[in-house]
Amino acid sequence: MPDLLNEPVEAPKSDVLGEPPVHRDAARQQDVFEDPPKSSSKSSSVKKAASSEMFGDDDDDEDLFKEPPKVVTKKPQPSGPPVDVFTEVKSDVKVKPQVKDDPTDLFAEEALTAPAPKPSAGSSSSRTNGVHSEEQDLFSEVRSNLHTALRGISHSVSLFFSVSFFHIKLEEEESEDKFDLNISITNPEKVGDGMNAYMAYKVSTQTSLTMFRSKTFTVRRRFSDFLGLFEKLSEKHSQNGYLIPPPPEKSILGMTKVKVGKEDPSSAEFVERRRAALERYLQRVVSHPSLLQDPDVREFLEKEELPRAVSTQALSGAGFLKMLNKATDAVSKMTIKMNEQDVWFDEKIQDVENEEQHLRKLHVMVESLVNHRKELSGNTAVFAKSVAMLGSSEDNTALSRALSQLAEVEDRIEQLHQEQASNDFFTFSELLADYIRLLGAVRGCFDQRMKAWQRWQDAENMLQKKREAEAKLLWANKPDKLQQAKDEITEWEAKVTQYEREFERISATVRKEVIRFDKEKARDFNRQVIKYLESLLHSQQQLIKYWDAFLPEAKAIV
Amino acid sequence: VQFGAFQHSCSNKIYLLLVRSVSVDLNNDASLVIDIPDALCERDKVKFTVHTKTTLSSFQKPEFSVPRQHEEFIWLHDTIVETEEYAGLIIPPAPPKPDFEGPREKMHKLGEGESSMTKEEYAKMKQELEAEYLAVFKKTVQVHEVFLQRFSSHPIFRKDRNFQIFLEYDQDLSVRRKNAKEMFGGFFKNMVKSADEVLISGVKEVDEFFEQEKTFLLDYSSKIKDATAKAEKMTRSHKNVADDYNHISGALNSTAADNNTAFKKHLEKYAEVFEKLRKLEDRVASDQELKLTELLRYYTRDIQAAKDLLYRRARALADNENSNKALDKARLKGKDIAQAEENQKQCLQKFDKLSESGKKELTSFKARRVVAFRKNLIEMTELEIKHAKVRRLKCCVYHYMFTRQCSGSHGKPGNLREF
Repeated sequence: MPDLLNEPVEAPKSDVLGEPPVHRDAARQQDVFEDPPKSSSKSSSVKKAASSEMFGDDDDDEDLFKEPPKVVTKKPQPSGPPVDVFTEVKSDVKVKPQVKDDPTDLFAEEALTAPAPKPSAGSSSSRTNGVHSEEQDLFSEVRSNLHTALRGISHSVSLFFSVSFFHIKLEEEESEDKFDLNISITNPEKVGDGMNAYMAYKVSTQTSLTMFRSKTFTVRRRFSDFLGLFEKLSEKHSQNGYLIPPPPEKSILGMTKVKVGKEDPSSAEFVERRRAALERYLQRVVSHPSLLQDPDVREFLEKEELPRAVSTQALSGAGFLKMLNKATDAVSKMTIKMNEQDVWFDEKIQDVENEEQHLRKLHVMVESLVNHRKELSGNTAVFAKSVAMLGSSEDNTALSRALSQLAEVEDRIEQLHQEQASNDFFTFSELLADYIRLLGAVRGCFDQRMKAWQRWQDAENMLQKKREAEAKLLWANKPDKLQQAKDEITEWEAKVTQYEREFERISATVRKEVIRFDKEKARDFNRQVIKYLESLLHSQQQLIKYWDAFLPEAKAIV
Repeated sequence: VQFGAFQHSCSNKIYLLLVRSVSVDLNNDASLVIDIPDALCERDKVKFTVHTKTTLSSFQKPEFSVPRQHEEFIWLHDTIVETEEYAGLIIPPAPPKPDFEGPREKMHKLGEGESSMTKEEYAKMKQELEAEYLAVFKKTVQVHEVFLQRFSSHPIFRKDRNFQIFLEYDQDLSVRRKNAKEMFGGFFKNMVKSADEVLISGVKEVDEFFEQEKTFLLDYSSKIKDATAKAEKMTRSHKNVADDYNHISGALNSTAADNNTAFKKHLEKYAEVFEKLRKLEDRVASDQELKLTELLRYYTRDIQAAKDLLYRRARALADNENSNKALDKARLKGKDIAQAEENQKQCLQKFDKLSESGKKELTSFKARRVVAFRKNLIEMTELEIKHAKVRRLKCCVYHYMFTRQCSGSHGKPGNLREF
C-alpha cells in the first residue's frame, strides 16, 4: 500500500500534457498564468507539445485527432484496426470479441468493395420519413470529423454512419408496424377539489387490430382504474403462471401534494413520473400476447366509462408487495422441499433473485447520479451568476464582455445539465425501478408454480392416505365402508392427475413467460441505452455549439 | 503574447502554434530559465526539483538543479516580503501547501477495504487513486513553478540575492521552523495589516490612478474570491458525477458476472459505456479545474498581493502626512527641526518611490491578468469542445452498436448497399 507514497512521480506534467518526454517546454507551463518568458527556439517541439497539450492526454481517444500521417497507418484491415480507433488503444485493454465482430464486418466489406453509391444527405432523409433534421446535421458534422480523422476510409465510414442510422430507423419502424398497437398516455388533468380530487389521464390507442371497434380511440382513466385492471388480470391469470406486469406504486405524499393543489415543480415532476410509468405499464400489458386477448384489457382501452375499481388498496404498491411477500412466505414454509426435476427452474430462481439484488444496488447508484447532476446544475447556475458579477467588475472591456458571455454559456449549460438529470432519471432510474418490480413479479410466477406443485403433492399424499385407509378396511374386513373408500381413491386419483397436469402446464407457461421476459428485458434495456446515448449525443451537440460560439469571444480579448 | 494558428495542409484540424510577439513580452528571457521538471512525494513531504538554465554571470554554473521543499519556497516568499526595498512591488503570492489529503484518505480506504474487494475492483480503485495523486501533483508543481517564474521574469526580483541562493545553494536551506515569537509576530503583523485596510480607505488619496485602482481592487477581490469558491463547488459536482458513473459501471460488471444468460454480454457492454462516460466526465472536470478554477484561485491570491502593495503605499502616505505634521510642529516649537526635516524628506522619498513603482506594477499586473485569462479561457474552451466531440463520437459508435443488436441482424451489409 505505501508504495504509492514512495514512488517517485516522474515528470507528472509531461505525462498529463502528453508531451514527448524528451523535450520539456517549461514556457508553456508558466503560460498558464504568466507571460511566457522564453522564446523557444525549438519551435517544432513546441508545436508538437502544444498540440499534444491542446489535444493530447495519455488518452485513447487521441488517436482520432493525431496528425494525419499517423492515422493513415491505421487503415482498417479485416481483422480490426477500426476497432482500435474507436476503442482503447492501450495494450492492457482486451478487444472484446463482440466489439470486434460488428463494426469489423462492415468496415471490411466497405473497405474492400467499391464505395456504395452515395446518396446526398437530402435524398437519404427523404426516404426515411420522420428523421429529425437535427440528426442529419449531427451526422454530417460527425461525418466531417470522421473525414479528417480516418483518411483512408473516411468516405465509406461516414456515409456508413449516416446511412446506417437511417437504415436502422426504417427497420425499427417496419417491425413496429407489424405489431401495430400504440398506446400513449397524455394530458394529466386534475378533476375535482380537495382531498377527493384525482388526476385523470388520457389514454389514446392507435391500432389496426380487428378485435377493436375502431382504429383510434381515446378514453379517460384514473390511477385506481389501472390498479383495478391489474387486480382483474392477476385474479384470472397469475395462478396459471402468467407474468402480470405490476402497476406503478401508489404514493400518498405525491398525490396529497397534487390534491392540495401545490403548483410546484416537484408535484409537476411527480405527475410526469406517474404518467410515464402508467404508459410503460400499459405498453407492457398489451405487448403480452395472451393478456392482450383478455376482454378486460380491451374494455380498459375502449370503454367510455369504467366502473370504479374498488379494493385497489390491497393491490397498490405496498399492497402488492405485501401480497408477494405473503406468497413467498407461504412457499418458504413448505414442509417438503421441492424435488426439482427440471434444474432449469432451480437455476432460474437463483438468477432472478441475484439479479434483483444487483438491480436494487444499481438503482441506488443511479439515483445518486441523478442527485449529483441536479447539484451540478445548481452549482453551475450559481457559478454563472458569480462570473457575471466578476465580469461587471472587470475593467478591461474585452475581458469584461468575454466573462459575461462565459456566464451566459454556463447558464445554458446549466439547462443542459437539468435535462441530462431528467434523462438519467427517466431513462435509467425508472427503468431499474420497473425491472425491480418486474423481477418481483417473476418470482411470483415461480411461487405460483410451487403452489401448484404443492397442491399436486398434497393430493398425492391424500391419495396415499386413502389407499392406506382402503388397505386397512380390507384387512379389518369392513365391506360397507369399502365402497366409499374406493370412491374416494378414484376421486383423489383424478385430482392427482389433474393437479399433475396443471403443474406441468404451469411449468411450461412459467418457462415460456420467463424466456419472453428475458427477451423483452434485453430489448428494453438496449432501447433505453440507445435513448440515453441519443440524448447524450444531443447535449454534446449543444455543448459544442455553445463553446464554439464562445471561442471567438475569448480570442477577442486584448 | 500573440497566438497564431494555421491550417495544417492535410486536414482541417487546427494546430496551435505559440507565436510570440516579443514586444508584448515582459520578459525576454533565455537568460534565466526556471522549471520544475519533476517532484518526489515522500510521506508528508514533496521534494521539487528546481532546474535553472542561465546565461547570467551572477550564477556559478550555466545549468543546475536543486531539490527544494515547500517550506523553502515559503521562506523565499517571506524573505522577499520583509525586504523593505521591494515595498513598491507586487510580491508574487506564496504557493499553497501541497494538499494530498483527499488522495491519502482514499488510499486509506483502499487499504482497509482491500479484503472485501475483487481483484478488478481493487485494481480499478488503485488506478483512480493514482490519477488523483497525479492531478494534485500537477497542480502543486504548476503553482510552485509559476511562483519562481514570476521572480525570474521580473527585472528587479531576478537580481535578488536570496532568490539566487534559493536557486543555486545545493544544501538544505535549513529553514528554521518559526519559533513562537516569530509566529506570533507574523500573526500580529497580519492583524495590523487588516486593521490598516481601514486605513487604506480612510486616507485621502491624492492620485487619481491610485484612487481608481483602490476602488477596482477592493471590488474585484471580493468578486473573484466568490467566483473561485463557486467554481470549486461546480468542479466538485462534476467529479461526483464521474464517481457515480464509476460506481454504476462497477455495479453493471458485478451484475454481469452473476448473470448466466445472453444478457450478460449486454451488461458488460453497458458497463463499458459507463466507464467511457466516466473517463470523459473526469477529464472535463479536471481540465475545468486546471484552466478555470486554478486560474481564479491564482488571481485571487495575486489580487491580494496587489492589495498589499496598495496598503504599503497607503501606510507610506500616512507616514508622509504624519511627518509633515511633525515637521510643522517642530518648526512651531523650534526644536529638532533638522531631524524632522530629514524624516519628512525620507518619508516623501519613500512615498514617491512606492507610488512610482506601484503604478508600473499595477499596470503590468493588469496586462498580465488579461493575458492569463485570455489564454486560459481559450484553452478551456478548446478542451471543452474537444471533449464534447469525443463524447459525441463515442456515443455515435455505441449507439450504432446497440441499434444493430436491437434490429437483431448480425450485419447484413447487403441491405446497406441498397442505399
